Order: sequence, then structure tokens, then C-alpha cells
Amino acid sequence: MWERILVIIRKEFRQTLREKRMRVFLIVPPIMQLMLFGFAVNLDLVNSPIAFMDLDQSVESRELLSHFQGSQQFNVKYMPDSDAAVQKLLDHGDAQAVIKVLPGFAREIHKGHTAHVQVLVDGANSNTASILTGYCSQVIQAYGQRLRTGVAPLSAVAVPRVWFNPDLLSRNFFVPGVIMNIITMMTLMLTAMAIVREREIGTMEQLMVTPIRPIELMLGKTLPFVCIGAVQMTLVTTVALLVFHIPFQGRVLTLVFATLIYLMTTLGSGLFLSTVSQTQQQALMSSFFFFTPAFMLSGFSFPIRNMPEPVQWLTLINPMRYFIEILRGIFLKGLGVAELAPQLSALFVIGCMVLFGSARRFHKRLD
Amino acid sequence: MPEPDAVVIDKLVKRFGTFVAVDNVSLRVAKGEIFGFLGPNGAGKSTTIRILCGLLGPTSGQATVSGFDVATQPELVKRSIGYMSQKFSLYGDLTVEENLDFFSGIYGVPKERREERKSFALRMANLEERRGELTGQLPGGWKQRLALGCAILHEPPILFLDEPTSGVDPIARRSFWDLIYDLSAGGQTIFVTTHYMDEAEYCHRVALMYKGKVIALDTPRAFKQRLGAKSMEEVFINEIERQEAATA
Repeated sequence: MWERILVIIRKEFRQTLREKRMRVFLIVPPIMQLMLFGFAVNLDLVNSPIAFMDLDQSVESRELLSHFQGSQQFNVKYMPDSDAAVQKLLDHGDAQAVIKVLPGFAREIHKGHTAHVQVLVDGANSNTASILTGYCSQVIQAYGQRLRTGVAPLSAVAVPRVWFNPDLLSRNFFVPGVIMNIITMMTLMLTAMAIVREREIGTMEQLMVTPIRPIELMLGKTLPFVCIGAVQMTLVTTVALLVFHIPFQGRVLTLVFATLIYLMTTLGSGLFLSTVSQTQQQALMSSFFFFTPAFMLSGFSFPIRNMPEPVQWLTLINPMRYFIEILRGIFLKGLGVAELAPQLSALFVIGCMVLFGSARRFHKRLD
Repeated sequence: MPEPDAVVIDKLVKRFGTFVAVDNVSLRVAKGEIFGFLGPNGAGKSTTIRILCGLLGPTSGQATVSGFDVATQPELVKRSIGYMSQKFSLYGDLTVEENLDFFSGIYGVPKERREERKSFALRMANLEERRGELTGQLPGGWKQRLALGCAILHEPPILFLDEPTSGVDPIARRSFWDLIYDLSAGGQTIFVTTHYMDEAEYCHRVALMYKGKVIALDTPRAFKQRLGAKSMEEVFINEIERQEAATA
């Protein structure tokens, strides 16, 4: 049995690694994707272009302006002097927010009243808008605090301390998800295509008339992709640590173990797709059909607890959901196998079911 | 005690939906025989062969290959056959030698016999000089010979060849048939389909298949004598016209 499996594995490696194009394909795109996505998936606001409209022209208003200028989050790019100009800036998306200081700002402060500052935010992207609003309030509040020096401080003040991702970098949160994305896509498609290709070129029929057992063929066709998946995982993780300085709190062994269990599900799904596809195009299409919803519902960017309840149940059978929790757990929180046991067991059960299901569908008959 | 027949087909029927691809076919092929299956495209030749190889299940009727039932013991059948399909089905991105090694391993040829079987196949296919070349770059006739070489590595007593020479030039076809004769002389049973009439002449016995039925079965010589025909081509056209007239 192992003899035959080894023969197939050797053949797969030869076929996959013979062509230079394929060798390049296995290494360059994953790294390029990681670089691209890693830099792109970033919700942190740094240097957001904003406009400052000063209708008061007082010492106080200029002081507020310098607070904004001193903030890393903002880049005060425009100083409009009319409402029409403000409108234009927001319409064109040149400024993400406009800080409008109304006439009488200094006078109110001197009288000891509350002075108002208007903040106009481009709300097209609700997420960015709320983060931006938060930052604006922070800056304005800080300015207010300074005005109040000498007055008795507020009685209760919350001092937040953030664990696991102390700098609150969204990149630390997203890059593990990007790693998952790359590994999933690669192993899923490669397995699905590898088997369907044999069907297309007619070698599958030739294999089916040999005494080979379905399980031998399945293992022989998937084990090479376990290796390739593991190598890519190593590669991509290394780049993530070196280029993006993602914290890695956990243990390498935990990551290896979890990855191997996760690959059971992606390879199993690839096998399953190959049993329902007749051509490579079909295999490709069905890979996407499977991949996109699984990725959207993985919790990569949209929190699962915000989803409607039936959809939340659906995510329970989504292997990506568990793997992303595992990756974030290992990278950011330093969790070990014990803490990740629920997710790992879920992946293991799903993996076994998918593999078993596709093995059942994998016949040595044409009809 | 007479030797049991290599292939026994009894009232075999295969339907795809309402289409009857194989319609009540019965025949026997003796050991060591070169048995030809002749008929136009779509006559049901390939379907019959696929059933005999255990690739398709019969709708009704029975067939045994090497004494094993194709419907209930397909895995035992697969141990005793070699199969070569009309479609070239080796790995074009592996070399000649790698293809041979691969199938040797898959068929479970004993390790100590592998080198010997490989050099036999290389010699037979006349590919010794090109053993390191990528299979996809070989000319058609060479590919077919290599495919035959891969199919006989495990010395199967029965060989199924489904239009092995389609798309191959006449000289390459001729040399391919020389190989088939050698194998038959060595005691192997060969079950071959073709739609080349000249090739039918090379077979020991020929079955004419038409619209799923075997309409005639005899030796090429007996066919020609009976019908006073000069070639199998004439025999073939005669028989089909007769069949058409009978059913019209």
C-alpha cells in the first residue's frame, strides 16, 4: 500500500516541480500576495487628509489647529474659507473630515462657556468615519483639558490598557488572516486541479484499470500538497514576521500542528470538488464558489457575532473560522494546544468528515 | 480438461438512460487469441471493453475476465488485465522511463523484476534511445508503443486495446501489430477494437458490432469466403447493409 502511495507522490512532485514556471508559481505569488495584502489590509488612520476652517481667527482657534497639526493621525492639508470650498473638498474626497471653528469660539472660552467645534466627516465608509470621529474628539478633548488646567479634574477616569495587540495595529489582526487566505487558496485549488487534470487528459481512466485502491490514489494525490502547503506556510509566516513585524507569542510547534490539521480540511475540500468537477475550469469555478463565502464568513474582517444568528450557525462548519481564531491565538496571544483545543477538535472533526465524504464519492468506476 | 476461456460474455446489456449502448452481446474469447472488435464509431465497442475492464457496470447480463466476474470482482479483474485506451493516457510531462517506473509501481511489479520488465518494454517499444525524453514530445506512433509497454509491465494474461492505433500512420500501425503478434505468441490474450479494416485481417477472429449488437462473428478468412469478398472492408459493408435491410 505505502509503496504505491510513494510512487504517486514521487510522480506528483516530478510533475509539479519539473517546470520552472510551476516552481516559481508555488513561491512567488504567495509572497507577493502577502506583501500586497499585508500593506493593504490596514484600518489604522495615519496622516488622514483633513481640512481646517477657521472662522474665528483667534489665538485659541490657532492653538486648536496646532493640536491637529501635531497629531500623527491627521494631515491638515486644506484651509478652506468658504462653505462652497468645504463642500468641494468633501465631494471630491480630498479631505476625509473638515474641522470647522465657528466665529465666537475664543469669546465663549473666555466667558467660561462651552465652546463648540463642528466636525464634518465623510461617512461613505462608516468604519473609517467612526474611527476618524473618535480621533477628532480625542484631539479636541485634549485641547479642552489643557484649557481646564487649574480646575478640579474629573472624578473618575478610565485608563484603558490593551492586551495582546497593545499598539492596536489592525495589521497584527489582519495578517494572520491573510496567511490563512493564501494557504487555503493554494492547497484547495492545487488539489482540486491535480485530480481533475488527470481526468481531463485521460490518465485517470488508465489509473482506474490498475489494481490501485481509491484510498491509495487519494493519499498519493494529497500528501504532496500537504508538503507544499507546509512549505508555503513557513515561507509566508517568515515574511510576515520579518516584513510586518507581526508579534509571534506562541510556539512554532503549535503552529505546525494546527496547520497540518487545517490542511486536512482544505485538501479534503479540494478532493471533494474534484469529485464533482469534470474539467479544470469547473474545478476552478467551484473552488471560488466554496472559497469566497467561507472567507467572508470566517471572521477575517467582519465579526461573526455581528452576523444574523442562522449565519452564525453556518460558520460553525466553516474551517476558516476556526483556523483564523487559532492563528490569531498563536500569533498574538501565545495560546497553546490546550487553549486552542476546541478549535483544533472542530477542525479535526470537519477534516475527517470531508475526507471521508470525498473518499466515499471517489470511485474507480466511470458511471 | 479444456482451458477455460479468457473472456466470457453472456447476454451483456448496457443502457445509458434510454440509449442501449450494448444490446444483448454474448461471446467467448479463447486464451492466446487475438480477438478483434470491428464496427463504426458509436457501435458500442468501447463501452463493451470498459465493462470488461470494470470501468463501467453492466445493466444486465454477465461477463467474466480470467474467470472473475466484472461486476462483482472488478478488483481481481484489474489484476489480470492490461488496458490501453484510444486516448493517449500517459503523462506527457514525465519522461519515457518515469512513466514506466510509475506504472511498474502502480501495478505492483515485484521489485526484483522491475528492471527486467522495464528494459523489455523499452526494447519492445524501441524506445531505448529515447528513454530520457519527455513523453509528450514523442511522435504519435512511439507514444502508442510506450502506452502498450506500460500496459504489459505486469505481464497481464489479457490485454484490452481500445483503438490502439487511431491517429497513427500506416507504418507505425504495422509495427504496432507486429508487437501484438509477439505478445499473442507469448500466450497473452488480446482483445482489440478497431475501425481500420486492414487491421481486422490480422485478428484470429473478428466480431462485427453495429448499433450495440454483434451482427457477425467469424475468422477473417471464413468471412471473406462466405461472402466472396476480397477484403474485410467489403465484408464489413456487406454485413452492415444486410443488417440495415433486415431491420428496415
